[in-house]
Amino acid sequence: MGYFLLRRTAGFIATLLVVSLVVFGIMNVLPGDPALTILGLDATDDALAALRTQLGLDAPVHLRYLSWIGNALQGDLGQSHSFRVPVSGLIAERLPMTISLAVAGMLLTIVIALGLGIGAAARHGGPGDWGVMFLSQLGIAIPAFWLSILLVLLFAVKLRWLPPGGFPGWSDPVAAMRALLLPTIALALVQSAVLARVTRSSALEVMRQDFVRTARASGLSRRRTLWRHVLPNALVPIITIVGMQFAALVTGTIVIENVFYLPGLGRLIFQSIANRDLPTVQALVMLFAAIVVTANFVVDLLYVVIDPRLKARA
Amino acid sequence: MRALPANFILGAVLVSIVVGIAALSLVWTPWDPTALNIRNKFADPSDAHWLGTDQLGRDVVSQLMAAARNSMAVALIAVLAGGAIGVSLGLLASALGGWVEDIVMRLADLGFAFPALLFAIMLAAVFGPSLTNAVMAIAFINIPVFARVTRASANQIWTRDYVAAAQAAGLSRFAISRDHILPNIGAAVIVQATIEFAVAILAEAALSYLGLGAQPPASSWGRMLAEAQTLMYLAPQLAIYPGLCIVVAVLGFGLLGDGLRDITDPRLSRARAA
Repeated sequence: MGYFLLRRTAGFIATLLVVSLVVFGIMNVLPGDPALTILGLDATDDALAALRTQLGLDAPVHLRYLSWIGNALQGDLGQSHSFRVPVSGLIAERLPMTISLAVAGMLLTIVIALGLGIGAAARHGGPGDWGVMFLSQLGIAIPAFWLSILLVLLFAVKLRWLPPGGFPGWSDPVAAMRALLLPTIALALVQSAVLARVTRSSALEVMRQDFVRTARASGLSRRRTLWRHVLPNALVPIITIVGMQFAALVTGTIVIENVFYLPGLGRLIFQSIANRDLPTVQALVMLFAAIVVTANFVVDLLYVVIDPRLKARA
Repeated sequence: MRALPANFILGAVLVSIVVGIAALSLVWTPWDPTALNIRNKFADPSDAHWLGTDQLGRDVVSQLMAAARNSMAVALIAVLAGGAIGVSLGLLASALGGWVEDIVMRLADLGFAFPALLFAIMLAAVFGPSLTNAVMAIAFINIPVFARVTRASANQIWTRDYVAAAQAAGLSRFAISRDHILPNIGAAVIVQATIEFAVAILAEAALSYLGLGAQPPASSWGRMLAEAQTLMYLAPQLAIYPGLCIVVAVLGFGLLGDGLRDITDPRLSRARAA
């Protein structure tokens, strides 16, 4: 276990380093002058030179990379251009929104997907099974942002039950929950379409095995067999997809926050692009990529916890 | 000859409709998709404007048709470019093995850390948003997908007797890859390309919706939805049609890909039917 953990952790850190190189490379080495991008074509040479110095652009590129990484490890993500405050402060303000959305979306995804997937597997070949498969095929084809628009059309424009977007702040928890309800559903429905499929096929695989027949023969109810014996054994592929989906959910919040005008990291990225605020964009892209890489790493570790047989192969 | 799977047939029908409409838009649309007619804005569906007009009096059907063409073009270029690079890398990794294979596959893993959206965001921040950047972002995420599929399939072919025979006959690894490996993994690559086509359509729509893809006045389903969202209380119907087009196109290519896989890999479809 120790060797396995060491190898995976080393791989994880190496991946993060290469990701940071790619992000830094695209944002800094590609042809293009950030100072010109920020100030626009009508900027004077003096202003450009001053901004380059302020951004540290006159230092050699490898030193700039090292100082970016070094500062980032100490929690200093640089200074935002448009907001004129540290980027880390901007992120801290908006992180709760994005995390709440992603976690709520993930929980709802798991509830919907396990319910539908196991249900469909139990009714394999029947109309319920076909219905779930059809819905999930449709769910995979529907863009999350269009589903959001449809939800807003129905629940905000037509029925007027929920607000169409915006966020009232956390001080009024009921209003906050109401504002986050549609975004969470929009995030979860699309992801659960994928997960329901995986759950179903994984459960079907397990249901064919002898111990399931033994469990049923020994008098366990169908429901109890499904949840106590089939589901735990079907978990490995499910966990893989959940890990990949958490990454997809976190990046999905970028889209959803923009659909519903929610003040999270996703909106911040787009405000920063519009404001030509390159340091903020760079920090945020690195943060999102790091979340994706970390999610994959955690999944790798979870495998071994769930199924120790995999350790030998890893 | 077994009957063709239902998903293949339905997928082929939907894809034919979308591709047919996109092709038709090259030579004919009912109206000029960008022609403004403010006095005739928000018109109801009529004989002249089958689905009515939008907030600037543009014909909705014509815009949807032009958007279909743009969407197909983006997906085609992105999948071809990403596929060509990915397949080459996969073939290279499989032919050389060893540390080359390790490096290519590690890089492919890395590709998965960057969803198309993050990549497009970086390009938009540095160069400004444009459809070209969106195409590059979508092409980029296709590289690791194709590299993996190609390597996995190619590694199987390298173990065959006829490849050993070709090696014994003195053919170079490059020549074997070109003459024996590539033709034999064609099916797997085409199946993947069809599925990636659906992914690319979805990605283009999302990027254009967010303003990182097609710029005005280019028609795009995603951009039409972004405009329609601001008018939901006035003209909710405008937020429906472009979304339906996206779903039909994505569903079509997705089903076609699944169907092709069932046909080319009967082992899988039998396991699925069991």
